[in-house]
Formats: sequence, C-alpha cells, structure tokens
Amino acid sequence: MNTVAIIDYGMGNMGSVLNALAYLKAPALVTRDVEEIRRASHIILPGVGAFEEGMRNLRKYGLIPILEETTKARKPFLGICLGMQLLASVGEEGGIHTGLSLIPGRVRRFQVDEVNVRVPHIGWNDVSSSSDSVLFKNVSPPIFYFVHSFHLVPEDKKAVSATCTYGEQFVAAVKKDSVFGVQFHPEKSQKSGLAVLTNFLEYA
Amino acid sequence: MLKTRVIPVLTIKDLRLVKSVQFTEHRNIGSFIAAARVFNARDVDEMVVLDLDGRKSGLKPELLREITRECFMPLTVGGGVTSVQDIQALLSLGADKVSINTEAVKNPNLIAEASRRFGSQCVVVSIDVKKTEGGYEVMITGGKEPTGLSPFLWAKEVKRLGAGEIFLTSIDHDGCMDGYDRELVQKVSTSVSLPVIACGGAGNALDCVRVVTEGGASAVSAASMFQYTEITPRAIKEQLAKAGIEVRL
Repeated sequence: MNTVAIIDYGMGNMGSVLNALAYLKAPALVTRDVEEIRRASHIILPGVGAFEEGMRNLRKYGLIPILEETTKARKPFLGICLGMQLLASVGEEGGIHTGLSLIPGRVRRFQVDEVNVRVPHIGWNDVSSSSDSVLFKNVSPPIFYFVHSFHLVPEDKKAVSATCTYGEQFVAAVKKDSVFGVQFHPEKSQKSGLAVLTNFLEYA
Repeated sequence: MLKTRVIPVLTIKDLRLVKSVQFTEHRNIGSFIAAARVFNARDVDEMVVLDLDGRKSGLKPELLREITRECFMPLTVGGGVTSVQDIQALLSLGADKVSINTEAVKNPNLIAEASRRFGSQCVVVSIDVKKTEGGYEVMITGGKEPTGLSPFLWAKEVKRLGAGEIFLTSIDHDGCMDGYDRELVQKVSTSVSLPVIACGGAGNALDCVRVVTEGGASAVSAASMFQYTEITPRAIKEQLAKAGIEVRL
C-alpha cells in the first residue's frame, strides 16, 4: 500500500497538506519517525517559515540522514515552499546557512525594486513549465498560490522545471532524479494544485 | 503576472457567522462552515477568517479544523492571537497566514518574533482605522480602544518589525457597503512597500476597481457584499479584468 509521509519538523502547514491528500484519498501520515518515513512510498517536506529554523529543526529531530537515504534510493520526494528551498546547498535568509544540498544552488531574496514590486510575493501567479514536466501534466490553468520572499536559484539549469515572473524571473519548480520542489503551495492552489499533487502521487 | 486577489472575509462570533456595521450591531447570519464551503466551491482566491471572540475567549481550534478539512485555498486566520504558540497552533491547523491586531500594538515584539520564527510571509498585521478630526487613528480591541497611532507610521513600523502583509480595515465603512476609504488605502499603500488588503465598505464591483486603481490595493476583501448581495467574487474579478487588472479567472 502506498503511503505518503509528510515530514513533521514543526514548520507549519502539515495540516493543510494532510487535508489535501485526504481529499485525494491518498493514505498519508504526518510523522518524524524514521521507520515510518522509510516505509512510505512518497515523502513530502512542507514548510512555512525561515530557512535557518527549518534546517535547525530537521537537525534537531534527526531527520537529515533519512531524507538523504530515501532520496538516494530514488523515493519520490516533494518539497513545498520552504521545503523546496531547504533542498538547496545554501540559504541566504537571516545570514548564510547550509541546506540539504540535494539540489545545488542558493536561496536568495527577490532582487527587485521593492518600492514598486512588493515583497513578499503573495498571491496567484502564472507558472510556465517545460513541456516534459511530470508535475504540470494536464494542469490547467497553471496558476498557483505563492507566499515567499526568497527563492531557489539552482546551479544547474537542467534542474529547473518551471518558472514564474515577479519583478524578475524565478524558479517555481525544480526536479532532479526523483526529487521535486515547488515554490508555490499546491495544497492551497485549488484544483490546479490538487492536480499537481496527483501527478506527484502517480510518479513512482 | 501576479493577480489581484478578491478575498471574502468571514467574521465569527459565538461560533456563528456575523455581519457588523462599524464594528457594532453584530448580527448572526448563519453557519460559517456553510459559507466557507460555498466560497471553496466558488474557487475563491483566498479567505480571511476572524474570530471576534478570540481576544476574550482564546483560540478555538475546532473552528479552523472544520474549515480547513474541505477548503484548499489560502487562509488567513485572526482573532485572539497573542503569542508565537498561538501562531504555531493556527499554522499547524491549516492556516497559511496569521493576522495579529491588538497584540501587535500592545506587544510589537510579537511581530518580530513571529516573522523570525515563521517567516514574514505568514505574518499579517491587521490595522483597524477610524477617521478622526485631524486624520486617521489606529484602533484596537475590536475598534473600541484608541491607540494614538497614525496608520501610516504604524504600517511602516510593522514592516520594519517583519510583517509581510497589511490587512487594512476602515471601521467607518465597515458593513456600510458605501465604498472603500480609498484615501486611507492609498496613503497606507504608498507609505509602505508591503501588500495591502483593503477592507471595509465594498458594495459593488466599481468600489473594488477603484480601490485597486486609485488606492493601490494588492487585494480587495469584503464581508457584507458577499453575504448580503448576489455579487460573487468571480463577478468582481470579471469587472476587475475588464478594467485591465490582472486576476485569476
């Protein structure tokens, strides 16, 4: 039986992700138990919050080795918002911090004229994905809900699977092997978001 | 391109959906769950849920739990938030953003602490404003307590402390459906580079168009208009689109 492990590391909106998966009738549990994570077929790292606190909590709960182990074994992994940013090697929010380094790159603040382009980027925005993208297959319209001030800039452009524009073009989704990340909130993006989650769940 | 949001507001008192006029005369208008369900089915951009008893009787997790179980849209929740523990509790129940109002004035450090811990994108500071002889004043405790603060300076201060968004309500226009206070919205949105959600006074689509084009609002919100008239969030968005404003249709 497929089960989704939603990583509980004290960083926000696990509840929303769990509700969305329940609606999609996908068995899921919110957990920080290493064995439960190992047994799961898919892993979701949600998250609302600051980069440093996110990494500190992953470390505190001893979750980093199991995330490394499962991604190495190509278990489908989806990082959402902060969960995507933590995939990077370096985060620049509130100082320089080391990330999970699953997608080499840096998480930096929007470099825009903040008088005219209000940061954080909050709201619904258009996403353009590459044609072969797994997550965005049959998703219409590709408009998603974002709330963030920072975004991931991967070193390898091949890791970029979708972009969005807010004062500057930024990366809205990444994929490397079976590791996916989305900067927007699929669990809060109504039907389009639920479609992205369905695509992730169908990926094996 | 970023869309201008149209946001229904649910105000809740004694676990019932209520409608107010200038923050008084709260009238029970039904079940908030039913209302949340309708807005979810209508595919709204976002919803704001304010528990007016929150300050008095503390947070009510069951209220939010019922809404988040079936709503897959962004939710901002407020009412009675006084600590980072409260914020943590709301976020883990499915809120995406938490609105702080009275406590932000009484203990501004909460804004800083919350944005450090959860990121500024989930810290909304709610500012209730009353028109005075000399200008405008920030009010707290459900509009009852004057603070002596100017909304323009207070908006700057909350941005400095780490707020990510401002939910700006004109008490004078609340529930009156006579149009937003565009001057207030315009002055706040030019004094601070944060997204400003305009609230209080929406009665028709033109009000919404004007508060965006003239007031510079990043989002428009309304309670009475969506509860008491046939106007839907989608109808408002169609009119915004006609006026050349980007929306999600």
